[in-house]
Amino acid sequence: MAPALRLEGVRYAWGAGNRAPESVSGAGNRAPGSVSGAKSRARGGFALEVDALEIARGERVFLHGPSGSGKSTLLALICGVAAPQAGRVEVEGEALSALSPARRDRFRAERIGVVFQMFNLLPYASALDNILLPLRFAPARRARVGRGARAEALRLAQALGLPEALVLRAPAAELSVGQQQRVAVARALIGGPGLIVADEPTSALDVAAQGAFLELMFAQAESAGATVLMVSHDPALAARFDRSVALTQIARTSREAAA
Amino acid sequence: MSLMRLAFLSLLNRRVTALLTAAAIALSTCLLLGVETVRTGAKASFADTVSGTDLIVGARSGSVQLLLYSVFRIGDATANLTWESYEEIAARPEVDWIVPLSLGDSHRGFRVLGTTGEYFERYRYRGGRPLGFAAGAPFDDLFDAVIGAEVAETLGYVLGDEIVVAHGLASFSEHGDKPFRVAGILERTGTPVDRTVHVSLRAIEAIHVDWTRGAQAPEGARVSADEVRAMDLRPQAITAALVGVKSRLQIFGLQRWINEYPQEPLLAVLPGVALQELWAIVGVAETALVAVSGMVVATALIGLAAMVFAGLDARRREMAILRAVGARPSTILGLLVLEATMLSLAGALAGLGLLYALLLIARPWIDSAWGLWLPVSAPGARELALLAAVAAAGALAGLPPAIRAWRMSLADGMTIRT
Ligand SMILES: Nc1ncnc2c1ncn2[C@@H]1O[C@H](COP(=O)(O)OP(=O)(O)O)[C@@H](O)[C@H]1O
Ligand SMILES: [Mg+2]
Repeated sequence: MAPALRLEGVRYAWGAGNRAPESVSGAGNRAPGSVSGAKSRARGGFALEVDALEIARGERVFLHGPSGSGKSTLLALICGVAAPQAGRVEVEGEALSALSPARRDRFRAERIGVVFQMFNLLPYASALDNILLPLRFAPARRARVGRGARAEALRLAQALGLPEALVLRAPAAELSVGQQQRVAVARALIGGPGLIVADEPTSALDVAAQGAFLELMFAQAESAGATVLMVSHDPALAARFDRSVALTQIARTSREAAA
Repeated sequence: MSLMRLAFLSLLNRRVTALLTAAAIALSTCLLLGVETVRTGAKASFADTVSGTDLIVGARSGSVQLLLYSVFRIGDATANLTWESYEEIAARPEVDWIVPLSLGDSHRGFRVLGTTGEYFERYRYRGGRPLGFAAGAPFDDLFDAVIGAEVAETLGYVLGDEIVVAHGLASFSEHGDKPFRVAGILERTGTPVDRTVHVSLRAIEAIHVDWTRGAQAPEGARVSADEVRAMDLRPQAITAALVGVKSRLQIFGLQRWINEYPQEPLLAVLPGVALQELWAIVGVAETALVAVSGMVVATALIGLAAMVFAGLDARRREMAILRAVGARPSTILGLLVLEATMLSLAGALAGLGLLYALLLIARPWIDSAWGLWLPVSAPGARELALLAAVAAAGALAGLPPAIRAWRMSLADGMTIRT
């Protein structure tokens, strides 16, 4: 069975960056060659190179590095939001780098659950609506939960310790940060995607809540059979994972490769 | 969660700005539809006024002018039609009925029309409705007058009241020696008939027997009201005549005959054709009015675009979340266009509702102020097309900010920037 994740000779730079591969694959979205923001907002032309990284299915991997070291950039490549200028990104055997931007978006919707540091939720929708949101973009995931989508969302929410009344009615903006993070985990897990990618999901929580949050996330990911890749600038959390990787070990970064 | 629901919730979240924007669109749509309603209502009401008449005959002038002074009592005739000509036309085999009109005098701001009793039978308004009497009957005695509903209402006249007709339209010399008596009051028609005092053609002749060149004969040479009854009161000339033909096929033949009448220069017009000419003349003003209200709608839609633009920066987080769960940049573009469309459609529908409410409230007032009875009917194809156009224009207005959001979400990816 193909590993959950494999990166080979990946090279990516913001700015000059995402033009070439996107215009090659062309289908669906037009190349963002006209995106003025890409160039002008390239803050110092950050470039990232990863020779190799492999994560087995079901593994729980912790990736740490200081702020600004390129962790989120790496996750953007893994999620297919950005495409590398060189190299290969494979998720569960599918080579993302060979897909068009639209196909990558679809792949992400179907196969990857994403949790951010904070502001994970659409503030005006209920927690339930937020949990169900990815199904809107992922027909296969929707088909997997079938008619029971609502029940499944409530089950996940309950397993993550969220009171039902809160999930059903309150707008997401009224939830505490810890509750919002758990709703985000439920959203990442619904419909059973193979890979959960979490970008500093505990940074906004206090230390006591961090442990509890990780336990809940791990338990649910395990019962869904999902691989977990979490990045954080805080090495103290490493002990709870199967494996810990420092970004500096696997990646070279540079700032002068400006566009 | 459907995209529609997402757009709705997002709008609900910004309800104050969304409501204000929709209100601007509603007001402008109401204005646009209102102009349309008044425009078509006015045309219909003008057309209603001449319904049933096949030809209008007068001295040769412009056809619009003839139509305006004979039927709408706007402006004055420059020349008359001799009684001999009138009788010759009346004797034509094509003519089914003919009603003479004699204008020129007034009563306290209302025009006095000299005609025959047949006028009350032949006149048709609002799709063929005949005139009805609210009180009294057509004139019988020489000095009987039949007044329109508005004359009665404004001056507070009831049957039997005495009326003194003034010579000319704005003069102080009155036919005080030969007063009239209100013999009939007509029902409201929403046409110039409401603002007219009707007397017999013979009575017009009677009050003018002792007048020459706009002045009455000196005291001793005057003819009294009783003496006049014994005189031959056949008129010398009239202002115009309304003609009905036996068969519609004969209209053009009779029209040509009258227009080529050798004894004096006459003009016969088809009321519908003259109206078309009139609309062609006022067409420029109409177009300007429609253009202005269209501009107001455009302004409201620019406000819509500005609102969506202004919200973009605050919504980058929302876009990053949508991208993270698999939305394509084009989905985000679609979402914003959908929001703009929903908002403009809601605004347009509210505008339609507002128009109906205003019409129902203001209709009696517009009727009494301008004699214009605006129709309140279910929205027709034209209104629906206008609403659809406003919604489509709203979608178009949402496009620039949506394209901006599309570019932003491409550049930002899942990066949450606030
Ligand atoms: N969407 C983007 N466009 C341009 N540059 C970006 C974007 N996202 C991140 N960067 C740049 O990439 C570099 C690494 O940032 P990031 O990957 O977010 O680091 P970390 O997540 O480790 O804190 C930074 O210099 C940042 O400015
Ligand atoms: Mg980061």
